Amino acid sequence: MELLYFGDKGWGDELFFATLMTIAVSITAMVIGFIFAALFTPLKLSNNKFLNSIGNAYTTVIRGVPELLVIYLFFFGGSGAIMFVASIFGYNDYIEINAFLTGSFSIGIISGAYSTEVFRGALQSIDKGQFEAAKVLGFNKNIYFFKIILPQMLRLAIPNLSNVWQITLKDTSLISVTGLVEIMRQSYIAAGSTRDPLFFYSFAAVLYLILTFLSMQLLNRLEIKYSKGY
Amino acid sequence: MDFELMVNSFPKLLNATLITLKLLSSSLILGLFIGLGFAIMRMNNNKIINKFAYGYSYIFRGTPLLVQIFIIYFGLGQIEYLRTTFLWVILKEPYWCAIIAFSLNTGAYTSEILRSAFQTIKLGYLEAGRSLGIPSKIIFTKIQIPIAIKQSLPAYGNEIILMLKGTSLASTVTLMDLTGVAKYIISTTFKPVEVFIVAGGIYLFMTFIIHNVIKYLEKKYGFQT
Repeated sequence: MELLYFGDKGWGDELFFATLMTIAVSITAMVIGFIFAALFTPLKLSNNKFLNSIGNAYTTVIRGVPELLVIYLFFFGGSGAIMFVASIFGYNDYIEINAFLTGSFSIGIISGAYSTEVFRGALQSIDKGQFEAAKVLGFNKNIYFFKIILPQMLRLAIPNLSNVWQITLKDTSLISVTGLVEIMRQSYIAAGSTRDPLFFYSFAAVLYLILTFLSMQLLNRLEIKYSKGY
Repeated sequence: MDFELMVNSFPKLLNATLITLKLLSSSLILGLFIGLGFAIMRMNNNKIINKFAYGYSYIFRGTPLLVQIFIIYFGLGQIEYLRTTFLWVILKEPYWCAIIAFSLNTGAYTSEILRSAFQTIKLGYLEAGRSLGIPSKIIFTKIQIPIAIKQSLPAYGNEIILMLKGTSLASTVTLMDLTGVAKYIISTTFKPVEVFIVAGGIYLFMTFIIHNVIKYLEKKYGFQT
C-alpha cells in the first residue's frame, strides 16, 4: 500500500490527477462527439444522396477502423495538417498541438460516429405523428426542435448513449500511446519506475471499474428522469 | 499524396494482416468456448457460481482491453512462481499473451450475448422437448444451442468486428500486426494520411466481409420464432 501514498513517497496523488485527466478527456471527447453527431445525424437522415453518403462514409469508416489507427492518424498527422494551414497564412514555424487536444479530438471523432448512430436510431423511432402535429400546429423551428423533438429523442437515446459513454471512457486508455498522462500512462510510468507492473496495472483496472460503475449509476438516474411518464 | 508510398506499403501491410487474422481467429474460437462456459454458469441456480460469472463479465467489460493486455503481458511476468512453471513458455511470448487477453475479453462479451440469447428462447420449446421425453442434455445441445446461435448472430457479428478492431492493441505489446506495421511506416516516413488510407482500407474490407458473411448466415438460418 506504500506505493499509493500521496506526496513524494507514493503514487497516490499522481494516479488521482491521472484519473481526473481521464475523466476530463472522456467528457471533452463526448462533447466533441456530440458536435460531430449534430453535424452528421442530419446528413444521415437527409434525402439528398450525396449528403447521405457523406454521413454514411463517416460512420462506416470510423466504426470499421481500429481506434488506435485513428489516434495515430491524428497524433502524427495533426500538427502537420495545422502547420500546412498556418503556412497558407504565412506562418512557417513549428507548431506542436497539445496532447490533450489531439487525444480528445481523435476519441471525440470516434465517439461521434457511435453517437450519430444512436441519434439517428432515436430520431427514426419517434412517432411520425409527433413531427406532423408539431408542424401542423405551426410551432416555430426552435420550439419544434427543442421542446418537442429533442426531449423525446433524448428519452430514446439515453440508454444507448450510456453505452457510448462506456466505450469512450475505455477508449481514452488508448491515448496513453501519445504520451498524455491519464490513468494508463501514469500506471506505465509508475510500473516502470517501481518495477511493479502487476500492482499498478491492476490498480488501473480498479480505477476504470470504479469510473464505469459510478458513471452507470449516474446515467441510470438520468434514464429514469427522462423516461418519466412512460 | 504520395502514391508510391501507398503502393509500396501495401504488400507489407497485407503481410501484417495475416497476423491480425491469426490473432482474431484464435481468440474468437477460444472466446466462444469461454463465453459458452460463462453463459452456462450465469444460468446456474447456484448463487456463488452465478455471481462469479457475473463478476467475470463485469470486470472484463468494465475495463479497457489495453489494461487487460498489460496486466497479462507485463504484470504476470512479475510473479516469480509463474516463471518456474511451464506457463512461462506461453506467457513470455507477446503473441500468446495477446491471444489470452483477447479471448478472455471477447469471452466476457460473448457470454453476455449467449446468455441473453438463451434467456429469450421461448419456454414452449423446452417444455415441448421435455414432454416428448427428450433427455435434458439433448435438449440443450439440439434445441437450445442452435436457437441461441441463430438469435445471437447479429450481436455476435458486432462482437467479431469489435474484436477485429481490438486486435490492433497487439501492437502495444510489440507485435507487428496491421496497426503495428502501419504505425512503424508512419513513424519512419511521417506520411500518416497515406498509410491510414491503405491500412484503414484493409480493415474496412475485412469489416465489410464479416458484415456480409453474418448477414448471409442470418438469412440462411433465419426463421420465424
